[in-house]
Amino acid sequence: MIQAFAFYLFATVVILSGALTVLSRNPVHSVLWLILAFFNAAGLMVLVGAEFIAMLLVIVYVGAVAVLFLFVVMMLDIDFAELRSGFVRYGFFGLLIALVLAGELIIAGGAWSQGALDLSRRAAPASGDLQNIEAMGALIYSKYLYIFEAAGLVLLVAMIGAIVLTHRERKDVRPQNISDQVKRRPQDAVRNVNQPVGQGVEL
Amino acid sequence: MIGLQHYLVVSAILFTMGVLGIFINRKNIIIILMAIELILLAVNINLVAFSAFLGDLVGQVFAMFVLTVAAGEAAIGLAILVIYFRGRGSIAVDDVNRMKG
Repeated sequence: MIQAFAFYLFATVVILSGALTVLSRNPVHSVLWLILAFFNAAGLMVLVGAEFIAMLLVIVYVGAVAVLFLFVVMMLDIDFAELRSGFVRYGFFGLLIALVLAGELIIAGGAWSQGALDLSRRAAPASGDLQNIEAMGALIYSKYLYIFEAAGLVLLVAMIGAIVLTHRERKDVRPQNISDQVKRRPQDAVRNVNQPVGQGVEL
Repeated sequence: MIGLQHYLVVSAILFTMGVLGIFINRKNIIIILMAIELILLAVNINLVAFSAFLGDLVGQVFAMFVLTVAAGEAAIGLAILVIYFRGRGSIAVDDVNRMKG
């Protein structure tokens, strides 16, 4: 009973906040609705016992990706009213596509529920006596270790790419050049002269 | 009792919402990126629901990889957005084809 109530609560809020994400006028509000949607999706995942993915959603999405979006929205000075022109014109077409897509998804779900699944071909059957996070860890670090490392590589490449893309050399500031400083030798920079009395200094 | 069908319906609605968001915000690329995140979230709900109801943990492992790729995609997309804005002073994606060299 309480499970059904929690499911309907999370499901309603995730759908409403998803709709408000794409419909709201202010992009900052959009990001905040997106955060709410992620929180409630994490709740949905806790309900079926996938705690690891739920915590990952909260930490990675709410903690990193949504804040990244928020930074970019607030950093760029954009005229958002101008960007919304054509909302109605595209809206009709978009609604048509969305309805067709939803119908197809529902037909696909109905067709799937008619056939039986061969449960004996499961790749990694969940055992009842392990916690979800323990079981996931055992799986990730043994059977799927190389794919897990590849995921880390994807993140590394994304990080380097983002830094390379957004880095710029600024000409109007004079930053410290450490290699120049390290290369500088005393014999190039200092000169000892035996200065005669009464004459000017040759620089 | 809550079954697999309920989860599939929720994720189908969320997926459709994301696709709709791409269409109705065709000029605002920030909202388009957020709509892509919504689509990937719907896919993740689907994967986790199947994984839980069929008793196979691979779905959750795959959901984790989807999450990784989504995070990387958001970072790269926003970086491209920032340099695009720096060069043009606007993020209208209607005339992005001027980016070609």
